[in-house]
Amino acid sequence: MKSVVDSWKSIVMAAALAGAAGAALAEEGGAHSQPKPPRQEWSFAGAFGHYDNAQLRRGYKVYKEVCSSCHSISRLAFRNFAEKGGPEISEAEAKALAESYKIKDGPNDAGDYFERPGRLSDRVPPPFPNEQAARAALNGAYPPDMSVLAKARGYSRGFPLFLADALPGFSYQEHGVDYIVALLTGYVDAPQGVELAPGQYYNLYMPGRRTGMPPPLSDGAVTYDDGTPQTAAQYAKDVSAFLMWAAEPHLEERKSIGLKVVGFLIVLSFLVYFTKRKIWANVHH
Amino acid sequence: MTGHSTYTPKSGFARWLERRLPILGFIHESFVAYPVPKNLNYLWTFGAILSFMLVAQIVTGIVLAMHYTPETTLAFDSIEHIMRDVNWGWALRYAHANGASMFFLAVYIHIFRGMYYGSYKEPREVLWILGVVIFMLMMATGFLGYVLPWGQMSFWAATVITNLFTAIPYVGNSITTWLLGGYSVDNATLNRFFALHYLLPFVIVAIVGLHVWALHVTGQNNPTGVEVKDIEKETVPFTPYATLKDAVGLVVFVGLFAWLTFFVPNYTGHPDNYIEANPLVTPPHIVPEWYFLPFYAILRAIPNKLIGVIALFASILIVAALPWLDTSKVRSGVYRPAFKKFYWVFVFVAVGLGYLGAQPAEGVYLIAARILMAYYFLHFLVVLPLLGKYEQTLPEPRSIAASLGEAATPEEKPHA
Ligand code: HEC
Ligand code: HEM
Repeated sequence: MKSVVDSWKSIVMAAALAGAAGAALAEEGGAHSQPKPPRQEWSFAGAFGHYDNAQLRRGYKVYKEVCSSCHSISRLAFRNFAEKGGPEISEAEAKALAESYKIKDGPNDAGDYFERPGRLSDRVPPPFPNEQAARAALNGAYPPDMSVLAKARGYSRGFPLFLADALPGFSYQEHGVDYIVALLTGYVDAPQGVELAPGQYYNLYMPGRRTGMPPPLSDGAVTYDDGTPQTAAQYAKDVSAFLMWAAEPHLEERKSIGLKVVGFLIVLSFLVYFTKRKIWANVHH
Repeated sequence: MTGHSTYTPKSGFARWLERRLPILGFIHESFVAYPVPKNLNYLWTFGAILSFMLVAQIVTGIVLAMHYTPETTLAFDSIEHIMRDVNWGWALRYAHANGASMFFLAVYIHIFRGMYYGSYKEPREVLWILGVVIFMLMMATGFLGYVLPWGQMSFWAATVITNLFTAIPYVGNSITTWLLGGYSVDNATLNRFFALHYLLPFVIVAIVGLHVWALHVTGQNNPTGVEVKDIEKETVPFTPYATLKDAVGLVVFVGLFAWLTFFVPNYTGHPDNYIEANPLVTPPHIVPEWYFLPFYAILRAIPNKLIGVIALFASILIVAALPWLDTSKVRSGVYRPAFKKFYWVFVFVAVGLGYLGAQPAEGVYLIAARILMAYYFLHFLVVLPLLGKYEQTLPEPRSIAASLGEAATPEEKPHA
């Protein structure tokens, strides 16, 4: 009973604490709020948007070689890599990709758990067996699962600009990926007087500007074999695009069907409108 | 109102059925012959649009329910399963989530249409009150549905809203525990919320039935607010006239719905709802869906929780009292110049409250919310009653026909 009463209070308290923390940070040199992430150019933005397969493949490479040591992406299946509107590697390549992972399975007939090579239907296995293991390894910080991360972050452009984000011609849904790019490239030295706990880093775009994630990207860390510049900025963009696809694997299908549906409805609206006019022509109204 | 034509069954089976259950005749009378004032504008197509949206929510909802799992450790995953692995699952889910937004958009336009043209006035009070009941059921359904994906906003919205019941004196805590099925929002809560989210739309269907029945007894209002005097001259049969006009409104509306669903499907949602519910992490800003924002602003404008809850409910229930609060003899806002101005101020206040509901409840935002909330109630309790007494209204036309500049019938027949 008490916990019910208390949780309302604790919400108010939490809000007050957050406010106080914000105010305290503000005193530390105006560092309480985050700048708005700059807008990027995305091939998948807008009504005609579609993923850049090569970019998704590069993004996966960055994920695999860098992020995957901390972040899981457990809702993504190996078969997805071969599906339309994704990195679109061949089915054989996707199979080989799956087999390059070890998957825990079991129990077998003897009651034992065992490891086997991955199959197309398997999901990408996580780096840590559970949250506690991750926290223990990372100074208590917990790297979120990346399956829907690109949709789980965002920022508002505020009134009235946020209205434009919905309008045909101006529509924009890429705030989450913009944020991830900004975050990955937003590490700077902490300003004078800002104390960081051990294992904390100062990042302009992280809420509160402190993060438990060490700067993951540096120039040249990942080798691209398609001649794309091997810079941290490029890695950040590619991995963010990959995360968008992981979060919204049916985006291309959605937009292409949407164009047909909206086109059909526009034609239908004219047909219905002129039929209505004809029917009403003999009525004075 | 009696319609333009009477039903004569054509086939043998129809004649057989009509003598036993006159359902075909009833359908004919309600949706074919039913007389519709011929001067209605497109704001009158929202009834049909709302009926469509209700059916669309039920159809998409039932299919979603076949793939959804109301269990705290599985709910979020089952939504992602729908989004990724179920054929057309993403389309169903985005259509259902954005369908709720479109449903509320339509109902707000429908309500504000009624307020402008005085559609709540005698003899349509019961029709109006049934509308308010539907609106409240929609709010309950929307809230319950929003909890189902079990994201952070789902969980914390459920926590904040169910906590409101603790404000009830003496029995508040017991009631809240009973509602939650425990001491906090948990599996029992999710389960019953799913059951109720499945049930309430069918209750809405029933009340919509009564709403349409009441409508067909009194007939529709029209922009002049003057009752139909001559069925022959001033009305047209529902089919094909109203059916086609409704179809035009519906197709345009569905176009907008399709735009949201296919191109900006997460626009009205909150990113936090893609984070799985976590009772240990409170989001910095707990905000409800946009369609609840004006009421949320009213709730938070008052520091005392119990009074805040009372104000919240009062702000909805007061709408049901409109037929008695608006004392004007003139029905339509078209002939009420002063009312028109206050009407638009009220619209601005309602939208403004919506904006403030999305801002943190502090500083200028809080002060503004208090001022707008005070005006909201003032509009109903002071402005409308007094306007009716003192306003200089314009002369109403003698009849719908007269308003269209048609020659008046020698003796205007009272409508049946
Ligand atoms: C050394 C481990 C580690 C690596 C490698 C790593 N991260 Fe993280 N990441 C973390 C931790 C820990 C957090 C949680 C930070 C916090 O809550 O302060 C995090 C959080 C995040 C967040 C969420 C920030 C927020 O708004 O809450 C994003 C986005 C992210 N990481 C992206 C990436 C990407 C992309 C990569 C690969 C390029 C990557 N990370 C590599 C440990 C890591
Ligand atoms: C009055 C009509 C209805 C309204 C206003 C409504 C509203 C909503 C809302 C706002 C959500 C949350 C969407 C999200 O954020 O993902 C939701 C989810 C859901 N609703 Fe409904 N709903 C209605 C009717 C129904 C019906 C009739 C059913 C089933 C019979 C249903 C089944 C579901 C299911 C299974 C979910 C969870 C899936 C999801 O979140 O997408 N709904 N509903």
